[in-house]
Amino acid sequence: MDLTTLTYIVVGLSFALYIGIAIWAKASTTGEFYVAGKGVNPVVNGMATAADWMSAASFISMAGLIAFLGYGGSVYLMGWTGGYCLLAMLLAPYLRKYGKFTVPEFIGDRYYSKAARIVAVICLIFISFTYVAGQMRGVGIVFSRFLEVEILTGLIVGMGIVFIYAVLGGMKGITYTQVAQYCVLIVAYTIPAIFIAFQLTGNPLPQLAFGSTVNGTGEYMLERLNTVVTELGFLEYTTTNKSTIDVFAITAALMVGTAGLPHVIVRFFTVPKVRDARSSAGWALVFIALLYTTAPAVGAMARLNLTETIQTGEVGAEDGNLSFEERPDWMKRWEATGLLKFEDKNGDGRIQYYNDANKDFAAKATEYGWAGNELTVDRDIMVLANPEIAQLPNWVIALVAAGGIAAALSTAAGLLLVISSGVSHDLLKGTFTPDMTEGQELMAGRIAAAVAILIAGYLGYNPPGFVAQVVAFAFGLAASSLFPVIIMGIFSKKVNREGAIAGMLTGLIFTMGYILAYKGVFFDPIIANTPDNWLFGISPEGIGTVGMVLNFIVAFAVSKVTAEPPEHIQHMVEDIRVPKGASGAVDH
Amino acid sequence: MDEQSAAYWKRNVKLVASLIVIWFIVSYGFGILFVDALNSIEIAGFQLGFWFAQQGSIYVFVALIFVYVSKMNKLDREFDVHEDDD
Repeated sequence: MDLTTLTYIVVGLSFALYIGIAIWAKASTTGEFYVAGKGVNPVVNGMATAADWMSAASFISMAGLIAFLGYGGSVYLMGWTGGYCLLAMLLAPYLRKYGKFTVPEFIGDRYYSKAARIVAVICLIFISFTYVAGQMRGVGIVFSRFLEVEILTGLIVGMGIVFIYAVLGGMKGITYTQVAQYCVLIVAYTIPAIFIAFQLTGNPLPQLAFGSTVNGTGEYMLERLNTVVTELGFLEYTTTNKSTIDVFAITAALMVGTAGLPHVIVRFFTVPKVRDARSSAGWALVFIALLYTTAPAVGAMARLNLTETIQTGEVGAEDGNLSFEERPDWMKRWEATGLLKFEDKNGDGRIQYYNDANKDFAAKATEYGWAGNELTVDRDIMVLANPEIAQLPNWVIALVAAGGIAAALSTAAGLLLVISSGVSHDLLKGTFTPDMTEGQELMAGRIAAAVAILIAGYLGYNPPGFVAQVVAFAFGLAASSLFPVIIMGIFSKKVNREGAIAGMLTGLIFTMGYILAYKGVFFDPIIANTPDNWLFGISPEGIGTVGMVLNFIVAFAVSKVTAEPPEHIQHMVEDIRVPKGASGAVDH
Repeated sequence: MDEQSAAYWKRNVKLVASLIVIWFIVSYGFGILFVDALNSIEIAGFQLGFWFAQQGSIYVFVALIFVYVSKMNKLDREFDVHEDDD
């Protein structure tokens, strides 16, 4: 059977599974629509959270990023896992005890202020749309590469699937489809990794192969990688050229941002008990760690494979490089997508892949007769092309396609749900039209989800050139606006309405202003985005950390000079600090 | 807040603070601030600092959460603020 047919079958089967689950888990109350009736088993919720959290970026892009950044890629590995410790210990159990439906609702209640709630909803909607545009784009790319259809067709199919299970099933439908999607994506991610680890080192566990010796050489993989890439003028794999303070700030912004992302937090509202919220965060991280400890191995192996495929012999030798005519089939297939390009600059019919931006290496390159780097590889193809590079059977390639789509859809659905609950529960029911019946609110939630899907699809098809750049936004804003006010709302009884609003706005405006100034989202950057110009040497990706600190300082300072929170709010804080008396599971 | 709840909260905060210190040391400490120093130690093909940044810190994160879960469950019972069993 040819690859395209096989891919259609595998992807089609996965879709049938998601739709089947959606029909089985239809939501009939707002409780089920927003928080799955608070009846989800903590291990199941952990798995759903893992799928919710691991997006197209984690599945498709991360290992490729690490492959080209080496040690510099560690910011993503630590940043996107470490936040779960904060969630488990500082947020999830208390928010579960609080026991209502949304994050802005907590902020509104704790700070006895509709204004605070509305500011929180605005942050939430902005963060979530930024994020969801990238997911829809991911769906489109996987469709166009593996199923050979137009990106638009792929997007419409993806939107249709999400529509069915998010709009019908709400949180309940999403939870159980996410469990299925987790299974698909983790199998699809680990199988090629195991095969490649075994081929390369003889050890099938990628986490261990990473530190093993490469077959037939007796050299450790990372040592060999360091040698191979430095010979071509690249930076040593196990180092980075980022400053320590920047690595620190980016990691912190990603960690704190993770803990402040509404679509992740809300998953902990769905378990029956406070102690389930704690353990559920642990399970989520176990399931996430399976992929996140495999990814750096995949990155290193992919980098080594790619480099050694091109540099077949001694560096600088006349016949040391791959001849263009003899290049493997997978390169030809990816050339067709434009994500892999070759240009024979020195006209020798062979491919030279080296760092031509390295001035110290230029003399050597000239001596070798090289006239510039001739191969450009889009980092996003590393995971998708991996099974082809390792010459794995077609069904593995089909599975990887289904895995990429599962990762994108599961995250998109979680995001769309928090957008819809923000609109129907926080803006309509909570603020503007409090007289709604439950039936009307449920309908409003469904309509909001449907509209959000259309907007997300549009953003995925016409990605405003800045999609890649605004990811920094999502994390920076979550870190600098939502996370601090939630933490202060739990751990301090004295932070009041005025403090929270001032803190949120300070964090928000500072972080947004900084990113806009250097990245220029709708206009040209105001200041050149170079390390010399950065405040304290911190890049826009890491500035959320500074925004968070400012948020805390301003909130405490303002609270000190304004009236204390009323008595009943202080009692509410005391109440959420103890597990006993949490509202139980509703009909499930 | 009565004395009992205040004592419970104090123990809770103390536990979380000590776990967060470990969390900070393995990731920001071993993986970032002292990465160069640790990289001079090599174990089984890994430079130690690099290993903490790309593998070790994640394993420690998982362990920390489960330690937290088990200690908090005990603390809840000790102060009789645990939820009912089904």
